[in-house]
Amino acid sequence: MTFDLKKKITKSPVWKSAFRHDYKDTTRNRYLQVLSNVWLHLHPTKVARHAVEVRYTWGMGGISFFLFLVLTVTGVILMFYYRPTDQYAYYDMKYLMNDVPFGAFIRNMHRWGAHAMVITVWLHMLRVFMTGSYKPPREFNWVIGVVLLVLTLLLSFTGYLLPWDQLAIWAVTVGTNMARATPLLGHEGPLGPQLGMKPDNDVRFMLLGGTQVGPAALLRFYVLHCVFLPVAAGVLMIVHFWRVRKDGGISGPTGKL
Amino acid sequence: MAEPDDDKTAGSVAGEGQSAPEPLGPPVKSVSPKEKLAEPAKKPLPPRPEKKADGLRRTTEAEGEGNIWRVSRRGFLEKIGWVGIFSFLGVMLVGTLRYMFPRVLFEPSPIFRAGFPEEYLPGTVSTKWMKDYRVWIIREQDRIYALLGICTHLGCTPRWLEKEDKFKCPCHGSGFYRSGVNFEGPAPRSLERLKVARAETGEILVDRSVKFLFENNGWDNPQAYLPV
Repeated sequence: MTFDLKKKITKSPVWKSAFRHDYKDTTRNRYLQVLSNVWLHLHPTKVARHAVEVRYTWGMGGISFFLFLVLTVTGVILMFYYRPTDQYAYYDMKYLMNDVPFGAFIRNMHRWGAHAMVITVWLHMLRVFMTGSYKPPREFNWVIGVVLLVLTLLLSFTGYLLPWDQLAIWAVTVGTNMARATPLLGHEGPLGPQLGMKPDNDVRFMLLGGTQVGPAALLRFYVLHCVFLPVAAGVLMIVHFWRVRKDGGISGPTGKL
Repeated sequence: MAEPDDDKTAGSVAGEGQSAPEPLGPPVKSVSPKEKLAEPAKKPLPPRPEKKADGLRRTTEAEGEGNIWRVSRRGFLEKIGWVGIFSFLGVMLVGTLRYMFPRVLFEPSPIFRAGFPEEYLPGTVSTKWMKDYRVWIIREQDRIYALLGICTHLGCTPRWLEKEDKFKCPCHGSGFYRSGVNFEGPAPRSLERLKVARAETGEILVDRSVKFLFENNGWDNPQAYLPV
């Protein structure tokens, strides 16, 4: 009995109406498959052999991006049940953990993924440094990477507040209390009071939307966490990945670029 | 745009060779590599499997190509890989869909207690529960039933008119008898009756989530009335 499922699918009218078909399998056509595809064309058409040398590259950049996607997907799924108000936030988290099927799984994926992403971006940074992949022409990409690191940490920080439990509130209290000691911008920092900084108009106030960690801070952090910071990170990732390609692809061991 | 049959060198990875640089002299027509390589006469070789652009060998017809049970180690692992990927995605999809249906709802229970049957006089329509639950309790000589106060036309709340012995909807004038049957106005169906039961205390229990329609002979269902 011979039955080729793949052939049956790829020769069907439905498949052929959606996908390009019946091209000769040549090198040039293989290039074009990537180049002319709306999803794939951000990728290089070919990747050098040294690109998969995991002992050299560690793959941490790609893993970080993968985790970012996991966090985005799980984050959106969590948004179906979470309300960012002081009345509901903690109880919605409890609801997810106990009364929603797979709620605990999705929430845990999100939390573990967040911790893992912070670790992987640090490892990625370490690898890039150790392999000297910040040297010309890659200096600018290093700078973009540093900004991405800061965004990752901010995403972690803003997300940490959202369960609205003791751990969250005190962590944000400590973090934002540091903000009030910022020079020039904080009401307890050097030169701050001289510039008219008071508890109700300094940078800490701007972060919290108030003088305390309260409902305004929760909503503000939620918007930062779900919209502003992911969009900023996305934009910079586009530049970051593009610079990798422009600068000659992922760096390899000496002699292979 | 990509065109089929674009590549003239069928599958060869090596690019076209450059012509050897000619020494200076009178211009000579350059010789193409293909013309240079004259095939020496030799006996014909057995047909080789067609090489694809990635240079990998594929299972031939003789070896059972097309038969799913004849596959190399690499092909087997490839299939396992795809099965794994799609299984994972399938499970994720099912899990996410199931996630959308929480197990606990923070809504008031559809079941309420409507007092004792003795509180309702035979031949009366009670509007006692209309404000809180939108339900009429009707007692006839031999039974008690509950009517849902939602007009079957577009959902307004009809009023019970004692003097005219009918329910009348203020929105578009639908009229219903005390049994619930529609007799005037735009209402297409009779009012719905609700499940009624006796609690352990003897009180009437009304369940707004279980409905009985006259059109389906639902009013004959024993759950749709309490015999008294």
